[in-house]
Amino acid sequence: MAQLWSDYVWPLTVMVAQSVLLLVVLLLAVAYVLYADRKVWAAVQLRRGPNVVGPWGLLQSFADLLKFVVKEPTIPDSANKGVFLLAPLVTCVLALAAWAVIPVNAGWVIADLNVGILYVFAISSLMVYGIIMGGWASNSKYPFLSALRSAAQMVSYEVSIGFVMITVLLCVGSLNLTDIVDAQDSQWGLFGWFWLPLFPMFAIFFISALAETNRPPFDLVEAESELVAGFMVEYGSTPYMMFMLGEYVAIVTMCAMCTILFMGGWLPPIPVAPFTWVPGVVWFALKALAVFFMFAMVKAFVPRYRYDQLMRLGWKVFLPLSLAMVAIVAAVLQLTGLAPR
Amino acid sequence: MNDLLQDYLPLAVFLGVAMAIGLALLVAPFVVAYRRPDPEKLSAYECGFNAFDDARMKFDVRFYLVAILFIIFDLEVSFLFPWAVAFGELGWFGFWSMMVFLAVLTVGFAYEWKKGALEWD
Repeated sequence: MAQLWSDYVWPLTVMVAQSVLLLVVLLLAVAYVLYADRKVWAAVQLRRGPNVVGPWGLLQSFADLLKFVVKEPTIPDSANKGVFLLAPLVTCVLALAAWAVIPVNAGWVIADLNVGILYVFAISSLMVYGIIMGGWASNSKYPFLSALRSAAQMVSYEVSIGFVMITVLLCVGSLNLTDIVDAQDSQWGLFGWFWLPLFPMFAIFFISALAETNRPPFDLVEAESELVAGFMVEYGSTPYMMFMLGEYVAIVTMCAMCTILFMGGWLPPIPVAPFTWVPGVVWFALKALAVFFMFAMVKAFVPRYRYDQLMRLGWKVFLPLSLAMVAIVAAVLQLTGLAPR
Repeated sequence: MNDLLQDYLPLAVFLGVAMAIGLALLVAPFVVAYRRPDPEKLSAYECGFNAFDDARMKFDVRFYLVAILFIIFDLEVSFLFPWAVAFGELGWFGFWSMMVFLAVLTVGFAYEWKKGALEWD
């Protein structure tokens, strides 16, 4: 009995507690990321943005949550009801699921899988199901068209994200996300991180991440002027909110992946005394926020792409470029003997 | 607990907790919110008209082509993953074997490009 307790019950309790803690922090962070997004967007357009609920509008996201919960949920008569309700759940849960393997500090990770990056890649591939299911189950024309477009867009950019990850893996020699950060640890500080030697890949990853999460300028999924609101036309109340939540969690995940792959995760930018005293999780959050700020600024001042331009960029520019970079990085590592063993 | 369980049980627990949060959000308005359905409210949106016909219609074959291309390249990426991890130990032999594989795929890609499968106009 005592063994059962120490072997199973107690570790399980710890796991549940850790998961709940991470999810609560993550959802709170997303609430403020959403607020930050609106504030940045407003500031670029010389507006005030949300400023009524709470001091400086800080409680806006929570007021929105409350409003969504008390809104009437509608399910269209012609819709496929089970799939219709499953779609937002799939989007939301999958977006959250990626965080199980993301280390926010040395050893601060729920499941330290040895195939971590493969898991994140797989989960982000599955995200497209939520959108296709939502668009198809609505049985309405705009969602259907939007789901098709969105699926094609997401799979196109996923290929280049895959190649970018391969180049990083070539330099690291491990699929574990903690190992990827450790491989960037050097006396050179921020100049030892992968953004410098792999700069083209960093740029490709950032832009592909925008397309993968359907952010402007690649938000053809919801293109208001032609598809009204994309695959979410028939949704309201919390099912709609869960799509938004999933989208923002996916964005935060992409910021975190950018931080881990190219910006040294929780490592301090300059490895000397005052910087090394700061806890790693603070550096991690700051870097992820910096990437998110770039996401928000892009949304604010880049005009939307046309669909053919979007597909051209994905298949004719990024794919050949990232494929060539895989070969170049491999050749350079082999020639210089820098490949990790 | 054995190693496999040690690695993957936290993942299952995390997914479980995430699922619980998702379900709670999904169910909440059905419990809390005021509901009064009527046929107009529940019909599919089509710019103010009644729906002309079923929404599951024919669509452009290019979406299908993109999906096929995606499968090819995604498989390629999944072949590259183990190669990239073991790259240091494989040496020049490993390097050239993968380059030949990539070259073969590039020929196919160039053919697709020439055939116009990537054109959207």
